[in-house]
Amino acid sequence: MAGISRDDVANLARLARIDMAPAELDHLASELGVILNAVARVQEVAGQDVPPTSHPLPLQNVYRKDEVIQSLTPEAALSAAPASEGQRFKVPKILGEEA
Amino acid sequence: MTMIKKSASEMADALANGETTSVALTQAHLDRIAEVDKDVHAFLYVDTEGALAQAALADKKRAAGEKLSPLAGIPLALKDVMVQKGIPTTCGSKMLEGWRPPYDSTVVSKLRAADVVILGKTNMDEFAMGSSTENSAYGPTHNPWDLSRIPGGSGGGSSASLAAFEAPLAIGTDTGGSIRQPAAVTGTVGVKPTYGGVSRYGLVAFSSSLDQAGPCGRTVLDTALLHETIAGHDPKDSTSINAPVPAIVAAAKNGNVKGLKIGVIKELQGEGYQTGVLNRFNESLELLAGLGAEIVEVSCSYFEYALAAYYLIAPSECSSNLARFDAMRYGIRVGDASGVSAEEVMNLTREVGFGREVKRRIILGTYALSSGYYDAYYGSAQKVRTLIKQDFDNAFTKVDVLVSPTAPTTAFKIGEKADDPIAMYLNDIATIPVNMAGICGMSLPSGLADEDNLPAGFQIMAPAMKDDRLYNVGAALETALLSKWGAPILSHVSGLGARA
Repeated sequence: MAGISRDDVANLARLARIDMAPAELDHLASELGVILNAVARVQEVAGQDVPPTSHPLPLQNVYRKDEVIQSLTPEAALSAAPASEGQRFKVPKILGEEA
Repeated sequence: MTMIKKSASEMADALANGETTSVALTQAHLDRIAEVDKDVHAFLYVDTEGALAQAALADKKRAAGEKLSPLAGIPLALKDVMVQKGIPTTCGSKMLEGWRPPYDSTVVSKLRAADVVILGKTNMDEFAMGSSTENSAYGPTHNPWDLSRIPGGSGGGSSASLAAFEAPLAIGTDTGGSIRQPAAVTGTVGVKPTYGGVSRYGLVAFSSSLDQAGPCGRTVLDTALLHETIAGHDPKDSTSINAPVPAIVAAAKNGNVKGLKIGVIKELQGEGYQTGVLNRFNESLELLAGLGAEIVEVSCSYFEYALAAYYLIAPSECSSNLARFDAMRYGIRVGDASGVSAEEVMNLTREVGFGREVKRRIILGTYALSSGYYDAYYGSAQKVRTLIKQDFDNAFTKVDVLVSPTAPTTAFKIGEKADDPIAMYLNDIATIPVNMAGICGMSLPSGLADEDNLPAGFQIMAPAMKDDRLYNVGAALETALLSKWGAPILSHVSGLGARA
């Protein structure tokens, strides 16, 4: 049934932002094939007339009161940052060099 | 040594009548941890100083005559997926190595308000993904019954700490069985509360529609006392139920099943279940029948699809939730050098930071949610979720509670299933339906399996917000089993040798 190639896994890993060594891609491709075959059986009973359930509680738009409450100080929020500068998270470059 | 073997409620009595102090009790548990945890490895971090300070505060309040909570001064072990301000929280992952959260989870706030003493953080499968605690980046936890065996997972550190008498109470989280299955294989008690019954604020998310924090203990009453301490509505968690907490402790003190209808789920026994586990399960049913309960068989025909649906829904939500680990705001950052882009840093960090099972689930979830496969996989799994909910709804029109073995087998050997994800996933076959429907479930020990003398678990399931029924039935069964055994099951713990 469901087949998944090494290239498929490489693409998924790219989408999920995880570098993967070639050996890991091969290993995952075969493992995911087995797992997908096992889980594909959900399709046997998922008829068109069955409504989906995404969550156990039928909740919509739960808001707390619009009140100012104590929140983290900038120092606390930045305390675990890999790098920071002033009151900002410092991140690697996000744009290319051209421009 | 004698004090640490008591139940939490007995310890509370000893504190109330001045027999001991919280500082002495806490020190006794810290000593026990120092003595046995190099073998058990239940803890990832022990907060010696913080625990003793909390204990001293509880003693001071007691001496001043303040009105205290039932668990004031009692030590507890906290699963490392629950954040505690300033205390390292790793979720068993390299990704969060060294992270000290800047805030308390609501569960921790409630424990503090009740003067419960937090001893430290317990080991777990990475980001709560696993059934054996072998997926921890910091090495496995060993089952105190037999150190070569798994303590269950993902909350194996919490369950092992109870069975090793390192803590009388623990907090776990249960996405597909991570409180109940560890309880089953260590001879302890664990409850997955109704979804929304205990706040998820400050619980590092794995699968948000399934995750639920809950109490772990050595007795039904202890578990009830902890459950009532941490339960209740929390405005910081939009999925928290805004309704009164059921009378859990009262139910645990009641334990009367006369006239109660108990449904045995046909689909959760038989093939794949160890004979000794089934024998203890059937004995427990006889005891409950002897106490006046009416035992009937019910069918939940869609449960056979629950495992498949779970292993699509949970990885899908996980792939989305774990996107937050992007090396930008907290957690480790790898490969940050001049000229390296943020995207490359993310890729490198996530390669190094996540372990095999987490990567497997992120990739599986990314696949199940991707365009062209969404309807066939995630969409179909959501429909199965509806069918499982309907199975429960129908069953609960006929019976008050449902029961099954908690896990199909007793604790297996460390390493035995590490290379076979499907075999590993089968551990959760009886616990997963409860999470899918958002209802509540308990595991309590039903005895030792004949084949291996290891603990087996009895699972009780009740409708949403009827958590009190778990405790009523659990207390009745516990009392009946105790009078049959003559001593608590944990008096047989053998893995720690003479030290136990």
